[in-house]
Amino acid sequence: MKNGRDIIGRRALLRGATLGGSALILSGCDALNESDMFRSALRTAETLNQTVHRSLMDRAALAPEFPASDISPVFKTNGSLTGTSAEYLAHVDNKFADWTLRIDGMVANPMDVSLETLRAMPSRTQITRHDCVEGWSAIAKWQGTPLRLLLQQAGLSARAKYIVFHCADSYGAQPYYESIDLIDAFHPQTILAWGMNGEMLPLKYGAPIRLRVERQLGYKHAKYVMRIEATDDLTKFHGGKGGYWEDVGDYEWYAGI
Amino acid sequence: MANNMAQRHKATTRIWHWLNAIALMVLLMSGLMIFNAHPRLYWGEYGSREDRAWLEIDDTRTTGFVKIGATTLETTGVLGLSLGTDDKVRRVAFPGWATIPTRYNLGAARRWHFAFAWLFALGLTGFMAASLLNGHIRQHLHIRKAEWAPKHIWSDIKNHARLRFDAHNAGTYNILQKFSYAGVIFILLPLMIFTGLAMSPAMNAALPWLHDIFGGRQSARSIHFMCAALLSIFVLVHLLMVFLSGPINGIRSMITGKVAQAPESNPTGVTS
Repeated sequence: MKNGRDIIGRRALLRGATLGGSALILSGCDALNESDMFRSALRTAETLNQTVHRSLMDRAALAPEFPASDISPVFKTNGSLTGTSAEYLAHVDNKFADWTLRIDGMVANPMDVSLETLRAMPSRTQITRHDCVEGWSAIAKWQGTPLRLLLQQAGLSARAKYIVFHCADSYGAQPYYESIDLIDAFHPQTILAWGMNGEMLPLKYGAPIRLRVERQLGYKHAKYVMRIEATDDLTKFHGGKGGYWEDVGDYEWYAGI
Repeated sequence: MANNMAQRHKATTRIWHWLNAIALMVLLMSGLMIFNAHPRLYWGEYGSREDRAWLEIDDTRTTGFVKIGATTLETTGVLGLSLGTDDKVRRVAFPGWATIPTRYNLGAARRWHFAFAWLFALGLTGFMAASLLNGHIRQHLHIRKAEWAPKHIWSDIKNHARLRFDAHNAGTYNILQKFSYAGVIFILLPLMIFTGLAMSPAMNAALPWLHDIFGGRQSARSIHFMCAALLSIFVLVHLLMVFLSGPINGIRSMITGKVAQAPESNPTGVTS
């Protein structure tokens, strides 16, 4: 391949010279960005967003729902397009007939729930917008089991603070996982979706079930969920920040903004 | 001249001006990094690679381009495809020298953006409240009836075109200044905040009317970007005007509050 300079040419050189000043400011910003102290100061502002959202907003406020005419003609696929664990791939071959969702951790009655049982439970259908942290949005109709019903059945401990979702997909050696607090876990629109646009949830969108947590960004909506674990401490999972992208991409755990 | 110094800018105006200058610069540059994560704009509620964008910045691996509607402009070297400081070609919408951080990092850019958004929003609110109380809005930004007259506006346009900036009038703003300052303070800056909030899924649940007025989340994102572009143009014209109308006096007055006035100063501030 040609050298970058050959492709872009003299204009870029000229630009480099005139923008020396801006480069100075920028290297300053980059240096600040490397500083742990500065990063934690910025993070304080992020915590402020969560605190303000949680204290000023109605905790049960519903995310907007849309008419069927607003459904995206093609819902962009994103992240993993299939689960990767051997166990998961065997379930795909078997059309999820023996698949069960494990619910454990800080619950009185750990359970294994089959897809059939999940689908027979009361469900909620909602046409909602999926907002990616990158900036794009897509709308689809989701049908699934409200998470709160499962947590009630399992007898969630009063000491539990978070719900962790363990997934069958992975990036290299790192399995995907996510977590939410109990405000979102018990929110009426928080469902384990097994249906999408009137059909069984397709493989590339997270079959057999994916989380919908409608007041947060897309990376919280874990696909290929295999196990739900109640906990009071997120630091003991993987990188300790409560989710794959939180650990790897330094994204915020609270993704309401 | 220096012995004839007059008070020009109030302390609240000066403090806010510089705080806001820093906040807007960081917000713009971190915002361009966030935009780089998905350099396409849409109208309506939804929009992704699967949908038609009204604006996109992309590359063909050897050229960079901006596409607006059906028009494509080649922008190699700046937009879509540019050189990094290491001389490597970067296939990014906005080049590294325009973004915070320089290298692609969405998580960090969002953290910068949301932290400085607090400084910006609280600063603007404080400045508006102070300016209402201390008379800045009434004395300097309020457009009087006579100033709305087309003849008056036209004469000010002519003065600007001839680069006549009425040094003896330095205690007040002319009508074009008032239009641009009031437009920025009361329209563009608040729009940045509201369109920004309208992109937050949690805010959409708390205040659904907010994203409804902008016509959906992707429309709010488009308006956010357009207002940022207008603000950038405002800053460039503002800097040009400071330069043309006497940069030393202008910058000094925004730091110390004092401005050197010509002896034949016209205290009424009305241009003849």
